[in-house]
Amino acid sequence: MLRVPSVADMTLVRLLLSVFGLSACLVAAAFGQSPPSDAVARSVALFREAGKVLQHPRCLNCHPVGDRPTQNDTMRPHISRVVRGADGHGPPGLPCSACHHAANYDAAHVPGHTDWHLAPASMAWAGKSLGAICVQIKDPARNGGRDMAALLRHVSEDSLVGWAWSPGAGRTSAPGTQAEFGAVMRAWAESGAHCPPE
Amino acid sequence: MATVTLRINGANRSLEVDGDTPLLWALRDHLKLTGTKFGCGEAYCGACTVFVDGNPVRSCSLPVSQVGNGAITTIEGISGPEAAAVQQAWIARDVPQCGYCQSGQIMSAIALLKAIRKPTDRGIDLAMGGNLCRCATYVRIRAAIHDAARALGG
Repeated sequence: MLRVPSVADMTLVRLLLSVFGLSACLVAAAFGQSPPSDAVARSVALFREAGKVLQHPRCLNCHPVGDRPTQNDTMRPHISRVVRGADGHGPPGLPCSACHHAANYDAAHVPGHTDWHLAPASMAWAGKSLGAICVQIKDPARNGGRDMAALLRHVSEDSLVGWAWSPGAGRTSAPGTQAEFGAVMRAWAESGAHCPPE
Repeated sequence: MATVTLRINGANRSLEVDGDTPLLWALRDHLKLTGTKFGCGEAYCGACTVFVDGNPVRSCSLPVSQVGNGAITTIEGISGPEAAAVQQAWIARDVPQCGYCQSGQIMSAIALLKAIRKPTDRGIDLAMGGNLCRCATYVRIRAAIHDAARALGG
């Protein structure tokens, strides 16, 4: 049977919650962490929203762990068997540009861009948690040497990133638009660029 | 349809063709350069490999509209020391079996030897991995590329 709590009951509950909350903050402070806040939660939520793009096959296929890209929405190993090469543009004798030309060519089902290439191995995301990607994407040693301003320009303006929203027939587009993705990333940066747990 | 002028094997060739036509079909159907083969039509097999400005390109995945001013070289137009060395090695090793994929194999082998004078087995495998051979002549192809590299002083 449900019981309507009395004023005294509610006062006790509030007191217990306050004590619990204070204790949690003290414990967090003792471990050098900032107490959780709405601002941090908002920042993490913004990155989770951006993660819908970052973890989309259009992005992960060319941010592989290992040397071989994947392809299609199933993220199967790339056919033909190709590898990253020294500069991300394929090995000598079989550059990405042998098959991937300046633009998508739907008649052959081959996607294209003038600078088609793999992300560096340091920027591998496939199979990683969103929290791990978040920490990585803020690290200039693992994001192509970009500070936050350069990172935001990259995600907002780079036309190869933008290909994810114009992938050609037979491929699902990354969610939203590049402009919306850039706006979410900017809001995340301005909110303190907090990361989900790894 | 539009009139398109392509520079092929050192000569300008004009043809009436839709810009969305694969270069492969322009070569084979319109210009009768049938040494370049159709295999898969989706850049998986390498049979249609030609050079554009000296770089290997799958002609099935390149529409005529994207060729621009690029200088196209087909198997009929190859020349130079790498081509000669590959041709000699291919003959000496009797590489082809049915032969259908071999013009693409030879184009890719030349491209590799232009990029690396002395390729390792792994370098050959990585560069030639985009050229399929249903007769499985891969072992002879690899040996012939090593022979050609030696002939080139690599």
